[in-house]
Amino acid sequence: MTDTPPADRTPAAGAAGRGLEPWEVFRQEKDGDPMRHGGSVLAPDAELAVHYARELFGRRQESVRLWVVRRADVHDLSDPDLLSPPLDRSFKKPGGYVMRDKLAAARARSGQAKPKARQG
Amino acid sequence: MTDPIALDPVLGPHERGWLPFNDDGIPHDERYELFERHVTGGGKVESTDWMPDEYRTGVLRFVEMHANSELMGVLPEREWLMRAPTLRRKLALTAKVQDEVGHAQLLYRVAEDLGKPREAMMEDLLAGRTKFHNVFHYPTKTWADIGIIAWLVDAAAIVAQQALRDSSYAPYARTMRKICWEESVHIMHGRDVVVTMMNGTDEQRAMVQEALDRWWGPLMQMHGPRSDRSKDRDIHWRIKAKSSEELRQEFLSIYVPRILELGLTLPDPKLRYDDEAGLWTYSEPDWQELRTVVTNHGPKSQERLDFRQHHWDDTQWVRDTILAARASA
Repeated sequence: MTDTPPADRTPAAGAAGRGLEPWEVFRQEKDGDPMRHGGSVLAPDAELAVHYARELFGRRQESVRLWVVRRADVHDLSDPDLLSPPLDRSFKKPGGYVMRDKLAAARARSGQAKPKARQG
Repeated sequence: MTDPIALDPVLGPHERGWLPFNDDGIPHDERYELFERHVTGGGKVESTDWMPDEYRTGVLRFVEMHANSELMGVLPEREWLMRAPTLRRKLALTAKVQDEVGHAQLLYRVAEDLGKPREAMMEDLLAGRTKFHNVFHYPTKTWADIGIIAWLVDAAAIVAQQALRDSSYAPYARTMRKICWEESVHIMHGRDVVVTMMNGTDEQRAMVQEALDRWWGPLMQMHGPRSDRSKDRDIHWRIKAKSSEELRQEFLSIYVPRILELGLTLPDPKLRYDDEAGLWTYSEPDWQELRTVVTNHGPKSQERLDFRQHHWDDTQWVRDTILAARASA
């Protein structure tokens, strides 16, 4: 068992031997939406990659825009040491501030009732 | 509350999305074990992740068979494109055929990324080295077949496909989400054909019943014989989530009532829901027929493969042109 991956598997790998290479397709469902990864096509050049992408990801008017990017041009960063450092970063997130008990104590101290709605 | 500037790690590597098996420095057996723990624990695998050969070939075999079935599955329906009874039906059937070929393209792409070139997959299909689903080896006789195929064959397939939207192989799972969405349209189209015919003449109703009688056997065989869950490697690797019998039970639970409400009857006197066991009981499907058919000895196997071969040869110039354009660029 070798468990070696095929040559064109990695994002940075060059064109496959047959002159075809993978292109990643991103699609926007409606104006203002983010571009989302849809899948990939195998094509010899950008022109044909765009045609294939249109056939596979725009046939049912499910996309208002497609981006087609050569896989080799995608630079991957997934290093958890850089993206998810092993330290508590909860102070950078709204959920990192839990005030329920402190608020209750403040209300008790001031003698005010809890506001009904639209707390902010 | 944790100290915000604490230097000690407060989150384990696993919670940070670290996939230790991607580390090339680890010995093989340990790497395999880390991968297995990740996948069996519900983790996802991307095409760029390291994976053991057993997993890679397992996903490839599964996806390739699925792609083959989408590609071969359009041939029975194609036979009715020019015979559709109305323009709207013709448009819907054309769109369905186009969709299924599109699904084959998406799935071959997923398989390709696992390392097998598309030409090799086509050659293996044409030479009978790989298989496609049993239901696509049978003839179509009347327009009612088109309704039964689009409704019930697609329904039986979608029961399986919905369970694949959570496959451990993430590119396949994402593709299945797109495919399921399109398949649900096909089911509505097929059910509409059947319901319309059932509201028509006696002759139309008889036509639907006759088609159902013919397709019921292959439909019951479609998910395959019961198998031992614990021995199923595809379930172990979470490539798929459900066993063949679970899928068949789910299909029967949803679709038997919908078939019966139309006044149709099912050609199996033993078919009934066992309240106590909470399961459907039915006559044992003909597994010998299933084996015969999927090894390309079905009534239409060779004819459809020949047709596919003819078109593969006929379109060689397109592939040559594309590659030549690339070479001269």
